[in-house]
Amino acid sequence: MPENELVKGLGLDEYQYGFVDDEAHVFRTRPGLDEDIVRQISKHKDEPEWMLEFRLKALKIYERKPMPTWGGDLSDLEATLDEIYFYVKPQDHMERSWDDVPDTIKTTFERLGIPDAEQKLLAGVGAQYESEMVYHSLKEEWSSQGVIFDSIEDGLKNHPELFREHFATIIPAADNKFAALNSAVWSGGSFVYVPRGVELKTPLQAYFRVNQERMGQFERTLIIIDEGAQAHYIEGCTAPVYSTESFHSGVIEIVLKKDARFRYTTIQNWSNNMYNLVTQRAVVNENATMEWLDGNLGSKLTMKYPSCYLMGEGAHGEIMSIAYASDGQHQDTGGKVVHVAPNTTSSIISKSISKGHGRSSYRGLCKVYEGAINARSNVECDALLIDETSRTDTYPYIEIEEKRSSVGHEATVSRVGDAQLFYLMSRGLTQEEAMALIVRGFIEPIAKELPLEYAVELNRLIELEMEGSVG
Amino acid sequence: MSDTPILTITGLRAKVADEDLDILKGVDLELQPGEIHAIMGPNGSGKSTLAKVLAGHPEYEVTGGEVTFNGASLLDLEPNERALAGLFLAFQYPVEVPGVSIANFLRTALQARLEDGEEVDLFDFQDELIDRMKLLDMEPAFAERPVNDGFSGGEKKRNEILQMAVLRPSLALMDETDSGLDIDALQIVARGVNTLRDENPEMTILLITHYQRLLNFIKPDVVHVMVGGRIVRSGGPEVALELEEQGYADWKDQEVVTA
Repeated sequence: MPENELVKGLGLDEYQYGFVDDEAHVFRTRPGLDEDIVRQISKHKDEPEWMLEFRLKALKIYERKPMPTWGGDLSDLEATLDEIYFYVKPQDHMERSWDDVPDTIKTTFERLGIPDAEQKLLAGVGAQYESEMVYHSLKEEWSSQGVIFDSIEDGLKNHPELFREHFATIIPAADNKFAALNSAVWSGGSFVYVPRGVELKTPLQAYFRVNQERMGQFERTLIIIDEGAQAHYIEGCTAPVYSTESFHSGVIEIVLKKDARFRYTTIQNWSNNMYNLVTQRAVVNENATMEWLDGNLGSKLTMKYPSCYLMGEGAHGEIMSIAYASDGQHQDTGGKVVHVAPNTTSSIISKSISKGHGRSSYRGLCKVYEGAINARSNVECDALLIDETSRTDTYPYIEIEEKRSSVGHEATVSRVGDAQLFYLMSRGLTQEEAMALIVRGFIEPIAKELPLEYAVELNRLIELEMEGSVG
Repeated sequence: MSDTPILTITGLRAKVADEDLDILKGVDLELQPGEIHAIMGPNGSGKSTLAKVLAGHPEYEVTGGEVTFNGASLLDLEPNERALAGLFLAFQYPVEVPGVSIANFLRTALQARLEDGEEVDLFDFQDELIDRMKLLDMEPAFAERPVNDGFSGGEKKRNEILQMAVLRPSLALMDETDSGLDIDALQIVARGVNTLRDENPEMTILLITHYQRLLNFIKPDVVHVMVGGRIVRSGGPEVALELEEQGYADWKDQEVVTA
């Protein structure tokens, strides 16, 4: 394939997931964005009128809102957005069985190990290829329990009341510029509903990848965990290496009803031309527990701050994140916890690694509203610098209106030291192996929370990244 | 024992990389396979520097002399290549590696000794590790703790000997392994070292210590006195006893005279 040759020529071939398959899309809008394109998307998806209106309103908000001036450097983004395709549809209809999935798409999945994982662990797969679900299966026992794990489009079609009751209530279109953009052009993503009292033992997984040059990906996910229900949702993605800019802006909305437990795990390993600007937020009601486990690798710029709004008494929110910034990359990540009700608790653990000229920033907010008596929050952010040129910053915002609460914040910065490297090398490890071991040790407290195959993949990526890291 | 020395040091000079003055000012030393040598000397005499230079510590720069290890030049090798060639340094101040378990670390170190495509057998490794830990009176759970992270001084030293026991070097440099150990821990460490030597009589040991105490448990064949970056005297175990009685004062005077 010529693209593969190109990738090789750039010397990027050690990035093992940086391959490109022949594109199999059947419909796409022209590059750029205006009202006409939004109407086309909605029409193509055969949406109800209210959704079209929602999209058009969101588009206006998007056009009105200025580019954020905080966080990362977005100065090149405007030009990028004029060139991307806001909607690409790979296939006409949803696939139910693996046999029906087109070969080119299968090849991509096989290289990512999807069919394997499917056999072993996956119960339901919502795999997103380009902008839409192409493959989706759900274990029978789950259907019988009333669990819904659909593409977001099918969620809207098949469960209109449930969908409309929650959609855009957690993250309204006006929340921020990119939430508005996503609201206008969203396509693909998952719709999940776990009914009252149902405890899912195996995780729900959606594995997707962006696979078209200059393509924007605007997935939208809505997850509702009903009273006392428990589930774990896993999403991971890798993207091919391209030379032109790419853009990803997702919106993830989660509602946890009373006593629910939910974990959302994601590892994103974007190619290093990607703007990754994601809004993800959970509303956590009485005695419910929400956990975000968030890994950000790759991309040109990631701005992502998973949030927990602790609305009910006794609600608990946890945010664990790993960020890895290499040359030319900026990871601006962190988390937000908002304590609204009494006896709510939260913790943020953030680990970042910066290599070469990479930069990682921790940006976090802990807000305690008046009346959130006995709210307790603890924030810990640790940064590891690999080289003299690597950079890290910390922007912790703490706003406390309730005196009867306690908030702790702890931040460390360390550099991989000669002493550590020498110690490991004196046992026979090469400098690269020593470096990889130190980095793996650094992220271990979070990596151990990951599902095994993700932890393995993360370790492998770190080893690849550490190759040639020492000169 | 063969007549070919395992380690030959000739006129070795070295300094801290960004400083001017040599710390080692011409060290000569020869170790035959299976021998135990002890180097004693006051603080600042260069004993630990010698150990670190032999292991290839990047903080030091060799300014003269040669070192031959198993017939090949040692100084051209990277620290990891020296380790793979059979050299081991038990650190005076072992370094903490948070998040990396001892078991994982040692498995990675053993893996580094294998050819490409070969893998450490996990079950064999587990058996071996437990066996080696018994030798040093360690609980199996110890192997799951992160390397030296939050260890007491004694635990760190024992961890060094555990690594030595697993990696089975042909030449072990033990840099003040006895410091910070109480008498019980010292005996455990000594017993471990002696067992390793019983298993492999060819294993050569260079002990670096301030005190005679360790030498009661690990019997040296040769004792060297190092003062001012040079070996100023070599002899049998009796040298250590003399030092214990008289201290280093005489040697220091001599250094002033020769300086």
